Amino acid sequence: MAKVAGPDIRAKRLSAKDYAANFADLHPPLDQHEALVESDRCYFCYDAPCQRACPTGIDIPMFIREINAGNPKGAAKTIYDENILGGMCARVCPTETLCEEACVREAAEGQPVKIGQLQRYATDTLMATGKQPYIRAASTGKRIAVVGAGPAGLACAHRLSFHGHDVTIFEAKKKPGGLNEFGIASYKTVNGFAQKEVDYIISIGGITIKNGKPLSKNLTLDQLRNDYDAVFLGMGLQGVNALGAKHEDADGVDDAVDYISDLRQANDLSKLKVGRRIVVIGGGMTAIDVAVQSKLLGAEDVTILYRRGQHQMKASAYERELAQTRGVKIKHWVMPKKVIAKNGTATGLECEYTEEKKGKLTGTGETFKLEADMIFKAIGQTFIATPLGGLIELDHGRIKIDADHRTSLKGVWAGGDCAAGGQDLTVAAVEDGKRAAESIHSFLTPDT
Amino acid sequence: MNLREIKKVKREWPDRAMVVSLMVPCEEEPWKKILKEVEDTEADGVELNFGCPHGMSERGMGSAVGQVPEYIEMVARWCKQHTRMPVIVKLTPNITDIRRPANAAKQGGADAVSLINTINSITAIDLDNFAPQPTIDGKGSHGGYCGPAVRPIALSMVSEIARDKDTRGLPISGIGGIATWRDAAEFIALSCGTVQVCTAAMAYGFRIVQEMASGLSNWMNEKGYRTIDDFRGLAVPNVTDWQYLNLNYVTKARIDQDLCIKCGRCYAACEDTSHQAISATKNGRRHFEVIDEECVACNLCVNVCPVDGCITMERLTAGTDPRTGKDINPAYANWTTHPNNPMSLKAAE
Repeated sequence: MAKVAGPDIRAKRLSAKDYAANFADLHPPLDQHEALVESDRCYFCYDAPCQRACPTGIDIPMFIREINAGNPKGAAKTIYDENILGGMCARVCPTETLCEEACVREAAEGQPVKIGQLQRYATDTLMATGKQPYIRAASTGKRIAVVGAGPAGLACAHRLSFHGHDVTIFEAKKKPGGLNEFGIASYKTVNGFAQKEVDYIISIGGITIKNGKPLSKNLTLDQLRNDYDAVFLGMGLQGVNALGAKHEDADGVDDAVDYISDLRQANDLSKLKVGRRIVVIGGGMTAIDVAVQSKLLGAEDVTILYRRGQHQMKASAYERELAQTRGVKIKHWVMPKKVIAKNGTATGLECEYTEEKKGKLTGTGETFKLEADMIFKAIGQTFIATPLGGLIELDHGRIKIDADHRTSLKGVWAGGDCAAGGQDLTVAAVEDGKRAAESIHSFLTPDT
Repeated sequence: MNLREIKKVKREWPDRAMVVSLMVPCEEEPWKKILKEVEDTEADGVELNFGCPHGMSERGMGSAVGQVPEYIEMVARWCKQHTRMPVIVKLTPNITDIRRPANAAKQGGADAVSLINTINSITAIDLDNFAPQPTIDGKGSHGGYCGPAVRPIALSMVSEIARDKDTRGLPISGIGGIATWRDAAEFIALSCGTVQVCTAAMAYGFRIVQEMASGLSNWMNEKGYRTIDDFRGLAVPNVTDWQYLNLNYVTKARIDQDLCIKCGRCYAACEDTSHQAISATKNGRRHFEVIDEECVACNLCVNVCPVDGCITMERLTAGTDPRTGKDINPAYANWTTHPNNPMSLKAAE
């Protein structure tokens, strides 16, 4: 093998066939037979634990029964009644820590009903008809501005439109969808599903999406408050946490979210460059997503470094196993000390072992070096409050909201990752948007 | 053709009993003729099919005969006259009281009865062309229903024949939804000397009989039964009429909290369709427990619980029944003497 000058980062590591196979649907959809067999396992529990575990409170036993009775479209409506992004959530929800963990058949025999897969079966069936199960209420003449076309904003907009209000969504990026479009691992949402779902949601009517319109000097919150009857902020997180390690700005050190976004937007994965040796720093879903996808792009060695033990990792056991069975190594109780760089380009990482002493994490003093062609930072995202112009109160760096998702500013609601106290999950963002919409609706139409 | 095959099978398996099922119009000569032909095959017995509810009944055979006790008696008598072979009469359940045709068979000299044949049914309606399924050129008809769903009906009819003073002791061959060794044992416990299997073999093939034989053997070994006769009919004396059930027998449902998977089906069933005798929470947590003050021992929760042995009925033998507030009486008492029974009051006056 010819000696490679500098780090080994390149595209086309795999054959076209391998790219297609690696980035195919992680869980192929259930066919009708599988859906009938699986739905038959549901016990139709009273006050079902799965439903309680769902952040959007979908009536899961009911939709599964509808599937089993040969009524998948009715099942989809049951899902959409609580979660209009039920199709995406069926694909990306960590069901193993939500509904499926609560399933009584998990307690009974360690095999929960495949709720996520069944939800996908139902929603795919109805979406394939291209028809919305909803008719908008008579127009109220009210207009609402929604900032951000991610899960929270879309859910909010759909519910408001359903109630007869007109909605304009201002989206910073060139495409709607938020993290569904730019963030989630590609094998969880194949074939442009995120955009298809956005189209499906706005097909209810009364929703206009304006892309490339972030809150800024040219589009201020005050302006929106003047022009609209209410404002919903669902702009997500724009910042990323820094490592605080030396040479962090060296070439080859990247934010995982940026790389995942590039991957999601790539028309041809073989043109996407990936390192031969990858180190990922972090312990959440983003760390797993970037690690697994690097591996699937043909990286030889991928290592996740996490400063604590596996039980403290935000990534679920299922996600960890997904990474490990794809050949990703997860190294616990280590933290980066500094990036080793040569001529401004990263060549590795110096790490230190960690331990917990009296609940506090400290380095042990023992260090080691890890060679790397690419280093991904996946240690969390932050909310950038600047575009709000200091008009709104924050709580732990995110927008402070009350139980109805009202902010401190009259006429302004917020939800999703940008709001304080959230779970940073698609499904939680949907619930936020839905609840805020109901609150806005009762605010705008107090007599109904 | 059939007769030729029967003969061949009997030749090849001389140690196995072969009973030939017959359906013939209600005239003496055809019966006489066919019995002679069957005897020639060296078969061991005949079963007169008076149960078939479709196709044959409309031509004066099958259940058309089985629904008229006089015909049953007449044909059974012909058969006994014209053959030395044992005669079994197969009964239709599509009647009001199974004891009458059973007794008619006995009066005609039949050696045994077999039951039940299939039940008149329409299993489904095609909602696209609005016709029964299976659909024949746009129309459908009733057919004979069978399989596990008919087993409880068959067990009840078998028990009636076994208990009735006129038919008691008449050998019975049990039929109706038998698919496992346990099903077979239940029919035998109600006095059946043989059992017959069709639907289960249709669904799975003849191999299912292997499980039935091994299961029955293992159970008999565990119980210490050497032959079927050791347990045959043991359940018959325990089948009684409702008015003789012990009203002083008080039981309450008990939920084993270690086995409970907290599906709440017992709660939904009891709350919505029974006696609201199960609570769903305890100290704010999901927890299902029987409220003894309300439980009437209907057994519904036992039936809907998906976990084997999780809900059982426990007898209270002393103290007060929390539901009625009355002391538990260890003595037997039934409806015929119960103060709430207007008939018993009348007798007292």
